[in-house]
Amino acid sequence: MNQLSQTLERFGGVYLLPVFVALVAFVLIGAPSSWVTLTVAGLAMGMMIFLMASGLSLIFGLMDVLNFGHSAFISFGAFISASALAYMSGWLGSAHIGLNLLAIFLAFSAALAFGLVAGWFFEVVIIKPVYHDHLRQILITMGALIVSEQIILAVWGGSPITVQRPAFLEGSWLFGNVTVEIYRAFAFVLGLAVYIALFLVLKRTRIGLLIRAGVENREMVEALGFRIDRLFVGVFMVGSALAALGGAMWAGYETLITPALGGEMMIVVFIVVIIGGLGSVEGTLLGAIMVGLMANYIGFLAPKLALASNMLLMMAILLWRPSGLKPAVK
Amino acid sequence: MTQTTKSPKGALFIKGLVLTIGALLLFAPFLFQDTRSLEVAARICIFIVLVASYDLLIGYTGIVSFAHIMFFGFGAYGAAIALKEMGPGWDAVLLGAAGGLVVSIVVAIAVGLLSLRVKAIFFAMITLATASVALVLASQLSGFTGGEDGITYKAPDLFKTANKLMVDADGKVARLFGVKLNGKLAAYYFVFSTCLVLFILCLRMVASPLGTVLKAIRENEARAEAIGYRVVAYRTFVFCIAAVTASLAGSIYAVWLKYTGPDTALSFSIMIDILLMVVIGGMGTMYGAVIGAVLLVIAQYYLRDLMGVASEALHGVPFLPELFEPDRWLLWLGIIFILLVYFFPKGIAGTLWDKGARS
Repeated sequence: MNQLSQTLERFGGVYLLPVFVALVAFVLIGAPSSWVTLTVAGLAMGMMIFLMASGLSLIFGLMDVLNFGHSAFISFGAFISASALAYMSGWLGSAHIGLNLLAIFLAFSAALAFGLVAGWFFEVVIIKPVYHDHLRQILITMGALIVSEQIILAVWGGSPITVQRPAFLEGSWLFGNVTVEIYRAFAFVLGLAVYIALFLVLKRTRIGLLIRAGVENREMVEALGFRIDRLFVGVFMVGSALAALGGAMWAGYETLITPALGGEMMIVVFIVVIIGGLGSVEGTLLGAIMVGLMANYIGFLAPKLALASNMLLMMAILLWRPSGLKPAVK
Repeated sequence: MTQTTKSPKGALFIKGLVLTIGALLLFAPFLFQDTRSLEVAARICIFIVLVASYDLLIGYTGIVSFAHIMFFGFGAYGAAIALKEMGPGWDAVLLGAAGGLVVSIVVAIAVGLLSLRVKAIFFAMITLATASVALVLASQLSGFTGGEDGITYKAPDLFKTANKLMVDADGKVARLFGVKLNGKLAAYYFVFSTCLVLFILCLRMVASPLGTVLKAIRENEARAEAIGYRVVAYRTFVFCIAAVTASLAGSIYAVWLKYTGPDTALSFSIMIDILLMVVIGGMGTMYGAVIGAVLLVIAQYYLRDLMGVASEALHGVPFLPELFEPDRWLLWLGIIFILLVYFFPKGIAGTLWDKGARS
């Protein structure tokens, strides 16, 4: 038994969990073609959720700040990119792939830019006065969430908005009898790219070193003369921008968005960071992929259970590892 | 609790205010003789209890839970389902309330033991997730809960509007000061008296030694543990007490409203209302619950009218009318909420209370 767990640890430990889930699902589902479709959908969903959740997790890890208003960035990102795409609808429909790419690039950039600016504002104006006071943090960020939801309602109205997709992302690829929606593959690739970029920044650069050191022991890094609070503003901005990007991608994935989107995603994001362990990017990725896969598999195998699947997953994992799958060292 | 030994001006003022509100609520059917006002008064009664029980958690023990509305919903749905299945009757009300109560206690103990060991922030997230699952389940299990449409049912015969409590010489409903003595009145006083009892129980609880322990836990968890109080046990206990109170309040509301649906008993916006009420009224003061609930419920019903007027007046100005639209009242409350948390974290009751003490 001990040897077995050691072998498992050598091959990746908890990182094998999604693989294990996928294998079990393969046996249960039976049909390989639908299994591939579901797995791709799950991975794509997981990647988008990862984008939304990674900022929240890092912000908590670095500064012990939990931003209940994080989902506001998600919905703002979704709505801004939807508006931008609608504005450029001429380019979206064109057969020229360059214009398509430019349109979606501009839309996502708008969401990112908004996330950066709003994140800066949020950090400096709303959260800075209540550092180290969890109760007031929860209350204030909750209040900010209420206000931003109302602003979304005032600007975009309460009715659902259709999101246009660029022409080259419409439709799906066919490999034999396996269908893969192009947008899902796109979401997965983009999410993976962001993860690799984050990973490289955190593990290979000096700033990343400081962030990781700050997560582990903030006082020590400050004692060495580094301004953690400035670094934190940066992390907050990037985290918010990633949430906005995740929201923008989610909008394209769902194609129909309502102002309730932020609230719905917030629950999922919370579950993901709890499963993954607050403060670690790897844990968040793992949690997001698990949630994405489980949601798709269970939605196929037992649609009735699908609604509670995230919750059950969270309970099971918390019973097994109370501080999440891969918590940051603290 | 030192206010018994010395009574500063602020404390007296708050107490007087709360007593006045109590008196107004007691005579509400006679003072404000229209259906809408009675609706508002009953809603205030229910929310006072709901907010007071939430204050036990957030104000006295320092636990942030977002599942409070879920327990309210359990109580409401318990009574609603029992009244629907068994027909109008007191046995149905009692059975339904008891059923809701049992579910609430079981869920509260499970959630509490699972997650009250961890940080406050974890607990807030887990309760939020639990409550959202409850909401989704309520709208999905439509055979049982009526789904999005909710359940409509009849209240016990005593509370029917057609029921005559007293008849005059002509056999019509007797009037007292111009108010018909019918079932509606009985229903209101049922709500009022049960809520009063529940509120006094909450008040009694925070004045007891238990309340002192809770405050000790809020102020310094490690020290409370070191003195020998089992923090997790106390937290779970108070979480259960709050859940039970909320569940009872839910059952009462279900009997009063004769309708239970996700919007009235489970939705997250009610949770936000409760949060606003506690913080605006003043956390950790019980009396604050009364003030917050009254202010917010009145704002809910009447501020919209006012904002409609403002929106009309600003007609033609770009974008501003959108911000003043009656549906946007939460926007302004949210801003007030943030400012209050910054500058008056003790809320109305707490701030006034201290003011008297200082002068």
